[in-house]
Amino acid sequence: MSNFFTTSIGKKLVMSLCGLFLAVFLLVHLSINSLLIICDNHTFNVAANFMAKNKLIKVVEIVLFLGLFLHIIYGIWLQIQNWMSRPVGYVKTNHSQTSFFSKYMIHTAIVIFIFLVLHFMDFFLKAKFFKDQMPPEIGGLEDMATAVILKFKMLPYVIIYIVCIFILGFHLFHSFQSAFQTLGLDHKIYTPIIKTAGVIYALIIIIGYSLIPLVVYFTFPNPA
Amino acid sequence: MKLTLKIWRQENAKAKGKFETYQLDGVSPEMSFLEMLDYHNEKLILEGTNPVAFDNDCREGICGMCGLYINGRPHGPDEDNTTCQLHMRKFNDGDTIVIEPWRSKAFPVIKDLIVDRTALDKLIIAGGYISADTGSAPEANSIPIPKHKADLSFNANECVGCGACVAVCKNASAMLFVAAKVSHLALLPQGKIEASERVLKMVKEMDKLGFGNCSNTGACEAECPKSVSISNIARLNREYICAGLTHEN
Ligand code: FES
Repeated sequence: MSNFFTTSIGKKLVMSLCGLFLAVFLLVHLSINSLLIICDNHTFNVAANFMAKNKLIKVVEIVLFLGLFLHIIYGIWLQIQNWMSRPVGYVKTNHSQTSFFSKYMIHTAIVIFIFLVLHFMDFFLKAKFFKDQMPPEIGGLEDMATAVILKFKMLPYVIIYIVCIFILGFHLFHSFQSAFQTLGLDHKIYTPIIKTAGVIYALIIIIGYSLIPLVVYFTFPNPA
Repeated sequence: MKLTLKIWRQENAKAKGKFETYQLDGVSPEMSFLEMLDYHNEKLILEGTNPVAFDNDCREGICGMCGLYINGRPHGPDEDNTTCQLHMRKFNDGDTIVIEPWRSKAFPVIKDLIVDRTALDKLIIAGGYISADTGSAPEANSIPIPKHKADLSFNANECVGCGACVAVCKNASAMLFVAAKVSHLALLPQGKIEASERVLKMVKEMDKLGFGNCSNTGACEAECPKSVSISNIARLNREYICAGLTHEN
């Protein structure tokens, strides 16, 4: 039991459990973001401030960072072992009929990581520690809406954001069903359903997250 | 048929090795791939050159000795076949065929196209067996086994240990091989008794031997000459989780 999580399968279990947790987080994050275009700035601010200040959410936030940290560390650990397992490669390789996105998990992961760091510095850190760089508060609420709209009014930012979201989507195309396979959940009837659910989930993330900056860029007035 | 062969030549395990290009005329489409290599070797011997070393034994697709990486695919372009069951009619006149040995840290090259697959034997030694008194075969109906379990076990047991799964996996992972052995035995009452010990020992050994980690790409299943399913890998994961959480040692 002592090395349950350090064997090849054990490490992958950590990856899949953390990954599924992060997948849930992505949906929660998306649902809050979408308030900006579905409702109004105020509703978005109320939700964003709730997420930032609620005690229970703060605990979940620690778990989230821990999950993300483990997902990254274990991912790198597994990848290095995988690279080392074939010191001499093939001269000719032929792509067999395998899931396309599964071959580029580490590459998509690197882009997602860079994006996360930038994203984190842009919103999370500023709202927490550099309040002077944030728009003024409205009625005691941090004005996250204006901070977001200011960013999404910059075309280069919108383009980079959407490209990163697509890459995140590619990562998810494979990882959702892969996580279930790693957890040993394989079934004649349920596995095809899980695979379809994984594709739908990835599409929701791609379309949902891409739509928000597009709607803001094209339809929102410039903040005063 | 006239072919251009690009073959990996390596004197011994320590030598550097390189590709040699050969022109081969007079190949019949009726030849098996190994017969084509025999024919090529006869020519090399007559020319006074070293023949190309390659592994083979049964030449009927059951021993798993003959693995070659042909034009970027283990066992070549045919589906569900070992190299010895591949025929030259699958190629065209004038083709260039690139032939490489299995590439994996766990399968070092011994000579030319022959690799050392002892790692797979070590995996079996680690736990891929049942402890039972030997003797004459027991009465078949004394232990009832549900048909669907017997079928699943049979599919897993079709694995001939050729190593194509390791060869094709981008991580050189042996998960399909281990999954096949673990599943084959765990599905049957005789193998259930040692199931948890077996899976823990085999996974430990697999890591020790330097195979990579499975990333569920499914390449192994696609290239397995015996179509062993990756649902066996899911079963291996299940067996591992249950064993890890419940095993007493
Ligand atoms: S030589 Fe036995 S399987 Fe090909």
